[in-house]
Amino acid sequence: MSESVSQAVATPSSARPPLPSLLKVGWSRAAIETKTFFRERDSLIFNFSFPIILLVLFGSIFSGELANGITMSQLYTAGLIGAGLMSTSFQNLAISIAVEREEGGLKRLIATPMPRTAYFVGKVLSVLLVTVLEIALLLAVGVLLYDLRLPASVADWFTFAWVLVLGLTASALLGIAASSLPRSAKSAAAVITMPFVMLQFISGVYIPFTQLPGWLIDIASVFPLKWMCQGFRSVFLGDAGVGLELTGSYELGRVALILAAWAVGGLLLCLLTFRWKSRRDG
Amino acid sequence: MTQSAVKVSGLTKRYGEVTAVDGLDLDIRQGEVFGILGPNGAGKSTTVEILEGYRRRDAGEVSVLGVDPERADRTWRSRIGVVLQTGADTPELTVREFVRHMAGYYPRPRDPDEVIEKVGLTEKANVRVRKLSGGQRRRVDVALGIIGRPELLFLDEPTTGFDPEARRRFWDLIGSLAHDGTTIVLTSHYLDEVEALADRLAVIAAGRVVAEGSPSTLGGRASAKATVGWLEDGVRRSVETDEPTRTVLELARRFSGEVPELTVVRPTLEDVYLSLIQTP
Repeated sequence: MSESVSQAVATPSSARPPLPSLLKVGWSRAAIETKTFFRERDSLIFNFSFPIILLVLFGSIFSGELANGITMSQLYTAGLIGAGLMSTSFQNLAISIAVEREEGGLKRLIATPMPRTAYFVGKVLSVLLVTVLEIALLLAVGVLLYDLRLPASVADWFTFAWVLVLGLTASALLGIAASSLPRSAKSAAAVITMPFVMLQFISGVYIPFTQLPGWLIDIASVFPLKWMCQGFRSVFLGDAGVGLELTGSYELGRVALILAAWAVGGLLLCLLTFRWKSRRDG
Repeated sequence: MTQSAVKVSGLTKRYGEVTAVDGLDLDIRQGEVFGILGPNGAGKSTTVEILEGYRRRDAGEVSVLGVDPERADRTWRSRIGVVLQTGADTPELTVREFVRHMAGYYPRPRDPDEVIEKVGLTEKANVRVRKLSGGQRRRVDVALGIIGRPELLFLDEPTTGFDPEARRRFWDLIGSLAHDGTTIVLTSHYLDEVEALADRLAVIAAGRVVAEGSPSTLGGRASAKATVGWLEDGVRRSVETDEPTRTVLELARRFSGEVPELTVVRPTLEDVYLSLIQTP
């Protein structure tokens, strides 16, 4: 009994079985995160249906043609892909981590030998899967109801892929960082949703930039959502829609630069501000 | 030779103006069940959280399994188990999924189904954590605390919300873990629980250890005066004595046989505990 313990203590760490790798634990975190997401029926329905309902709603209300055969609903599809991406990553993570922190889930985790990075790997992988599904649904609705043309060229799909990956990375990291803002789990949804909805209104998701005052556009240009939507418009509206852009160009170089800057900034914010314990725990 | 599992000397922790832990010393041997008692706000939780690596200290030396918890790495964490006071997380996983998942964090975990059986949740293994009662959730917490086969297990108020039968089962579980050589640090408000489980215990008040010993000797309990009580001429009488046997023999002679309503009472752990924490 006590012999086996003193033996275990005396055994050098090299003789113990190795700790599970970051990859293995990260993957297993991704699996339970995804399972949990799909089992929380309320948030599943909200997360998935919200952008789709908005698309159908806006597509039905504003049915006009803008220019060169581009319809309002096509514009909305591109914008709502950006907003949907940000809701499944930024909004979802910021709220769910705030709740987990308050419920003591994070505190439990840091007492275990789980590599802390595995927690974030799990979150990002699961968000990636959920976001891809969300975008696929939006595209299906866009194609079926609103004559959205899927990009034909490899170059367009490539643009789609990098806007998605950069935008998702930036939004997910910002969501993780923003999870420390709400003071309690109860206030999390309100604290996170309000600025996010405002951002959608000024980032050209619902209202074209041509109808926004300059100072609102300036504010929106600081944040990543405007640039994600712009990137997605370049993919789905193509040359026919370029005339609708304020600068007459999709500015893909700038899109890449700003999204990458937000990804780096988001990472720094996470590293500097992430709290594993709730405020109550000090 | 018995080594220390936990060694603490001069531990101090302040929160602003308030000194929560004030030069506390502790020595917990390997393989023992050690109880920590103390009123709320005495510095008990702060001390345990420092041992678990959750909090940093302001002064003093702390060694847990030979490692300073402030410099803890994954290997050290794989050797300890922590059962916290609250755990309302992960409601949508089933008990088995949750326990299996956490097993994957450790280099040589226990068998998940065996652990679920040990805490008496086999029938609930496929039920989501959300649907469990408070006491059943607590047992999930305990299962997660022992899944990694810890050498040292921290239990903070482990049986809150248990029904009496579940509590007894839990005591048996702790007994079998201790039998396997696990060192257990137990904080509890239930004095009967500490009395039943702990080999030794410490009482913490105002950030210091005010008494330390086995449950039967704590605070001079074994040598304390006993109270012998009986009924005489319709009046309840009692006497405090160092020699209760002699008193009873004398009474037996006086009543020439059965002494009416005879009682011999030693101070309970609760009596000792309450007198200890009242001393400033």
